[in-house]
Amino acid sequence: MDEVLVGTIVASTLRVSVPLILCALAGVLCERSGVIDLGLEGKMLFTAFTTAAIGVASGSLLLALAAALTVGVLLSMLHGYACVSHGGDQVVLGMAITMTAAGLTVVLGIAWFAEGGQTPPVPDSVRPGGWFGGIGARAAQLPVVGPAFALAFFGHNPFVYLALVLVAGVWWLLYRTRFGLRLRAAGENPAMVDAAGVSVLRLRYQALALNGLLSGLAGAYLVLAQNPSFIPHMTAGRGYMALAAMIFGKWHPVGALWACLLFGFLDAVSIRLQGAETPLLGAVPVQAIQALPYLMTVVLLAGFIGRAVAPKALGRPYVKES
Amino acid sequence: MSQPVELPRWMDVAVLPAVNLAFALLMAGAVVALVGFEPGQVLGLLVKGAFGSKAGISYTLYYATTFVFTGLAVAVAFHGGLFNIGGEGQAIMGGLGAGLVALAFGAHLPAWAMLPLMVLAAGLFGMTWAAVPGALQAWRGSHIVIATIMFNFIAAALLSYLLGHALKEPGNMSPESRAFAASARLPGMHEALAWLGIAWPRTPLNLSLLLAVAAAAGVYLALWKSAPGYALRAFGFAPDAARYAGMRPRRVILASMAASGALAGMVGVNEIAGVHGRLLPDFVAGAGFAGIAVGLIGRNHPAGIVLAALLFGALHQGGSELAFEISGFSRDMVFMLQGLIVLFAGAMAQVAAPGLARAWRLVSLPRGGRHG
Repeated sequence: MDEVLVGTIVASTLRVSVPLILCALAGVLCERSGVIDLGLEGKMLFTAFTTAAIGVASGSLLLALAAALTVGVLLSMLHGYACVSHGGDQVVLGMAITMTAAGLTVVLGIAWFAEGGQTPPVPDSVRPGGWFGGIGARAAQLPVVGPAFALAFFGHNPFVYLALVLVAGVWWLLYRTRFGLRLRAAGENPAMVDAAGVSVLRLRYQALALNGLLSGLAGAYLVLAQNPSFIPHMTAGRGYMALAAMIFGKWHPVGALWACLLFGFLDAVSIRLQGAETPLLGAVPVQAIQALPYLMTVVLLAGFIGRAVAPKALGRPYVKES
Repeated sequence: MSQPVELPRWMDVAVLPAVNLAFALLMAGAVVALVGFEPGQVLGLLVKGAFGSKAGISYTLYYATTFVFTGLAVAVAFHGGLFNIGGEGQAIMGGLGAGLVALAFGAHLPAWAMLPLMVLAAGLFGMTWAAVPGALQAWRGSHIVIATIMFNFIAAALLSYLLGHALKEPGNMSPESRAFAASARLPGMHEALAWLGIAWPRTPLNLSLLLAVAAAAGVYLALWKSAPGYALRAFGFAPDAARYAGMRPRRVILASMAASGALAGMVGVNEIAGVHGRLLPDFVAGAGFAGIAVGLIGRNHPAGIVLAALLFGALHQGGSELAFEISGFSRDMVFMLQGLIVLFAGAMAQVAAPGLARAWRLVSLPRGGRHG
C-alpha cells in the first residue's frame, strides 16, 4: 500500500513538474544570453490558449502543437524586437506580455467559443496517450518495488520524457557546443563576444527563439496533458514559479531540473496533506507548503543558503561601441 | 542598433507618450473590431459609462483612488532606481493590517481613533512588505524585482491561510472575516456629501479619495521639494554620483521601498475599510500590476499619475458598464488594454522615437534651417 503511495507521489511530482521544467529551461537559455524573461507566465498562457483553440478547431495534435510553438516564437521575437533591438526595459516587457496575455486570451476565448473565456475540451485525438506502458507492465512484475516503480516512471505522457531529454539537450547545447559558449559569453561579457566578431544581437535572438519554442511546449502541455480545455488564467503563477526554480537552480539546466522537481513535489504533496496530521509538525497548512518555493527562492537569493549569481550582463541591452 | 534619440523636451514629455498610448488604443481597437464589435460605438459607450452619470463618475473616481495609490507606489520606487512589482502583495498586506486592527479594536474604539489607526496599520503592513525585499537588496544583494514577485505570492498565501483559519467567520461558507464594527468603516462619499446636504448616489467611492489626493500632493512635495526626496531622485538617476556625493545607498533603497510599500498599502484602506467592511480574498484584483501601467503613462510624476489613474479608472468603470450593455463584452478587454499600454508606453517606449525625431526634423528644418 505504502509503495503504491510513493509511486503515485513520484508520478504526480513528475507530471506537475513538466511545465515548470520546460519554462525554466526557456528562462535559462534566455537569461544566460543576457535577456531577462519575466514574460514566461504570459508566453505559457498565450500558447496554452493557442493549443486549445487550434486543437478544438482542427482536431489535430500536430497543428495544435505547431501553432503553440509558432506563437511562442513570435512572442519571443517581440521580446527581442523591443528589448534586444530597441533596448527596451526587459522587466517591463515581461510584465506587458503577461498582462496582455491574461486579458487577450479571455477576450478571444469569449468571442470564439462563447463559454465565458473557456474553450471546449480538445478532442481525445489531440491529446497523446501514455508511453512505455508495455515496459511498465513488465516492470510491475518485479518483486517488492515493482508496482510502485511502474506507477512512478512508466505510462506517462510523452511530454514528460521529452522534458527530461530536453534538460540534457539544453545542458549539452550550453556547455558542450561553441554556440552555447558564445551564448553564455553574451550574457557575461557581451563586449568580448562582439570583439571576437560574433553578433551579440544574433545570439540573443537565437536564445529567444529557443526560449519561445520551450515556453510554447510548456503552454501546450497544460492543455494536451493536464486540463483538456483552456481556462482563463490557467497558468496560475507557474511561469513565476519556473522563474523561481531557474534562480534556485542557479541558472543551470540541471540545477533548474532539481528545483522544478522539488517545487513539483511540494505541489503534489500539498494536495495530499490538506487537513492531514504529520508526525512532527501537526497539521501543516497547505498555504505554507505552497508559499515555500517562493520563500526558499528569496532566502537563496539573499545568500543565506548558498548563493545564486545571475549572469553579469543580465538585463542590460547591448549597445555597440562606435 | 538604435542609439538614444534626441527629441525636444516637450515632445519627449507629451508627444511620445501620446503616440505610444495611441498605438496601444489602436491595437485594442483592432482586437475589438476583430471580435466583432464596433470600436467607435464601444468607445462612446465606454465614455458614457465612465462619465455619463453621477454614479458612473463616482465609480470612476473609486477605481482611480486605488490606481493613484499603486501608481504612486511604482513611481516612488522608480525614482529611487528600483522597480517595485510587489504592489499587489503590499496592497494585500495593507488590507490585512487595516483588517486586523479593525477586528481587534473595532468594538472598543470610536471612529475618530479607529480610522486613523487603520490607515496607519495599512501603511505599516505595506511598508514592511516592501522594506524586507528592499533591505535584502541593499544588504544582501538580492534582486528587488524577483524578491517582490516572490513576496506577492507569499502575501497571497498568508491572506488565504488566515481567512481559512484564524480570521474566518464561523458559520460563513466563504473565506471571509466577520464584518467590522461601524466605527471601523470609512464613510462613503454619499454619506459625507449628505452631511453637507448634497444628495449623491450610493457607490463604493469613499473618503479614501481625499487620502489619494493628499498622497499625490505629499509625494510631489516629498520628492521635488525636500532634501531627502532630492537625494532619492539623485540616487535613482545616477547611483555612482550620489555615492560620491556622500549619500548612503542602502538607506536610500530602504526608504524608497518603505515609502512605496506604504502607498501600495493604502489600497487596503480604500477597499477593506472603505468598501467591503470585512477582510476577504482577491480585493486587490490586479491593482498592483495596473499601477505599473499608471506609473508608465503618468511618467512617474504625481500629476501625471493622477491623470493616468483617472484614465484607468474610467476604463475600468466604462468596461464594467460595457460588459453589462453588450453581451459578449468582458472587462478582460480592459485588462488587455492595460497590458498593451505597458507594452507600447513601457517596453517599446523608445521604438517610436527615431521616427518621431525624423518627422520633427522634416517639419522644423525648412523653417529654422539647420541648427547645430
